[in-house]
Amino acid sequence: MIETKNKQQSQFDIQGDLPDAVRVTNAMEGFLSEFGPQASSYMNACIRCGLCAEACHFYLETGDAKYTPIHKVKPFEEAYHRTTGPFSWLAGLLGMAPAITLNELEEWEELIYDSCTLCGRCTLVCPMGIDIAELVKEARSGMYKAGLMPDRLAQITRNAESKHSPFGEPREFITAIRKIEKEFAIKLPVDKPKADLLLTLAPGDLEEHHASVHVLAKILDHLGIDWTLSSVAFEATNFGYLSGSTEVQSELTCRLIDKAREIGATTLLLPECGHAWGAARWEAARWYGAPIDDIRIMHTLELLAENITSGALKVKTVNDSASFHDPCQQIRRGGLVEAPRIIMKALGLELRELEDHGEASFCCGGGGGVLANARAEPLRLKAFDLKRRQFEATDADHFLTSCGQCRLQFDKGAKATDWDRHVESLLELVGRNMILK
Amino acid sequence: MTIIELLEGPLWTASLTIFAVLAIWRLGAILLSGRRRVEARPAGSPSAGAIRLIFGHFIPQKPFRRNGKVWFVTLAGYAFHLGLFAVLFFAAPHITFIHDNLIGLEWAALPRWGFIIAAEFAFIGLLALWIRRFVDPVVRLISRTDDHIVAGLTFLVMLSGCMALAQTVEVLRAIHLGLVEIWLIYFPFSSMMHTFTWPLSRGFTGARAGRRGTRM
Repeated sequence: MIETKNKQQSQFDIQGDLPDAVRVTNAMEGFLSEFGPQASSYMNACIRCGLCAEACHFYLETGDAKYTPIHKVKPFEEAYHRTTGPFSWLAGLLGMAPAITLNELEEWEELIYDSCTLCGRCTLVCPMGIDIAELVKEARSGMYKAGLMPDRLAQITRNAESKHSPFGEPREFITAIRKIEKEFAIKLPVDKPKADLLLTLAPGDLEEHHASVHVLAKILDHLGIDWTLSSVAFEATNFGYLSGSTEVQSELTCRLIDKAREIGATTLLLPECGHAWGAARWEAARWYGAPIDDIRIMHTLELLAENITSGALKVKTVNDSASFHDPCQQIRRGGLVEAPRIIMKALGLELRELEDHGEASFCCGGGGGVLANARAEPLRLKAFDLKRRQFEATDADHFLTSCGQCRLQFDKGAKATDWDRHVESLLELVGRNMILK
Repeated sequence: MTIIELLEGPLWTASLTIFAVLAIWRLGAILLSGRRRVEARPAGSPSAGAIRLIFGHFIPQKPFRRNGKVWFVTLAGYAFHLGLFAVLFFAAPHITFIHDNLIGLEWAALPRWGFIIAAEFAFIGLLALWIRRFVDPVVRLISRTDDHIVAGLTFLVMLSGCMALAQTVEVLRAIHLGLVEIWLIYFPFSSMMHTFTWPLSRGFTGARAGRRGTRM
């Protein structure tokens, strides 16, 4: 059981009772544990031009220099150069011990967890092409091992580890599924011993976005796919990925892949979620030591776009105008930029792009675990305001997106600021307009 | 042995050797560090992505083309780098020095007016970027001692080079050579190594983006 202490006034939380020196050592080891040529090249390429700040929603909305993306990994960068960098041997000879302190790590906790959504927009402007989000992710691995992360995120990660999912245990999942079945008068297949497709869901789908589950079931049935949910492998979100725990990340991902293999599924379908796509599609290979070639890890956006393109899924035209928020982990970091646009075109929507869209889109402000981090709310609302302004400038009828976390962030932002607009799920819009045989 | 003979002889050889060996060491340490991550089945071409990003980031990306700070850094950066490149490889005394002390080859030199324009570009670019380190809150916060040493040392190398251009006062030439040798020795330890690391960082990011079928 991990003890949690909280020092509210300093904007950092601390878990457990590790000695200070152990925390510092763990932080460094965690940071450097996955270091390879890619991260090393980043550490040796930065020229401190500061342009990354010009891409970051948190810097742009606050004007506070401390939110400059590359500044968020400063203690780790210094420690790298002194402990494992190309001239660390010289630092050793000169008696230059790692200068990093626990106080410094505590101070940096907010920068690593509260003010970075791992959106990667800063890479677009970096003259050196440094993937700073990837470095922040490595820094989170260190902070997790040091027991220095937001309490709420630590708690959710513990739940993911001990209770199977942040949402709850398998029996709670079954209860939620029964509730959705009752709400929509449908039957959802659970724990079939064999199926071609394993559908996974996010806690947001089970708690609030029930219509998304209904639509997914309706589409899969309409397409004649043999599919199932699993009470022991339903969780698509990955709080190991967000918190920095590679152990939890690996466990959660492998649970899905292993289950899919067990039931003979050839497709693992991910819901409208951003980081689930990054964790499963782009990082699963890390845990198996080889690319996942026997199972297609598929996003809902791909399912819709491919079946609309092939004609297997037909939709009525909506004839309204719409604007689309591109979820960072699906689009800029995920490669799905065309899929939502194919779907919106099929729906006959007049697409009014946000000023910054596609791979250049700003994050909603709630990604990277920031939405789950209660103390980050003031910062989140500032990022929300940027998106609100961009959407209002389009004057579109619909504000669509394809990520449950982004939807929750927009809903919370709208509620906190009395904004009268509502962000809609692209999947649910398809569900309302699909033509059944 | 006179000071100038020392600077042109053993000290030059030593500084150049230190520069070459340590620069190669640093690049080797980067490329051989840790382990390569096992990557997912590609959705696009990693090599095409790497090439696209290596060359694409020579100019600001579309979303930032209306950003004054981005253009300031880009233009000052090009002024400095192109000016320095022209001065380094096309100033008549440098061509003679390279011919006599390094590779035995020579090529056409810049005329004097060309040298002056190139040097002015280099000075303006360098000073603009260095001053920005003091006045811009973001860059002031993230700048390290190394960044100021690099800028200051490069400025002194360029200034002493201009002063020694006529090659009539030996002491000025000796000062320039001495500063160049310090600059060479410091180079592999400093952020000047971005001269060699930029294709690596751009290439790695581009390859990952290409694999995922996205553009960064």
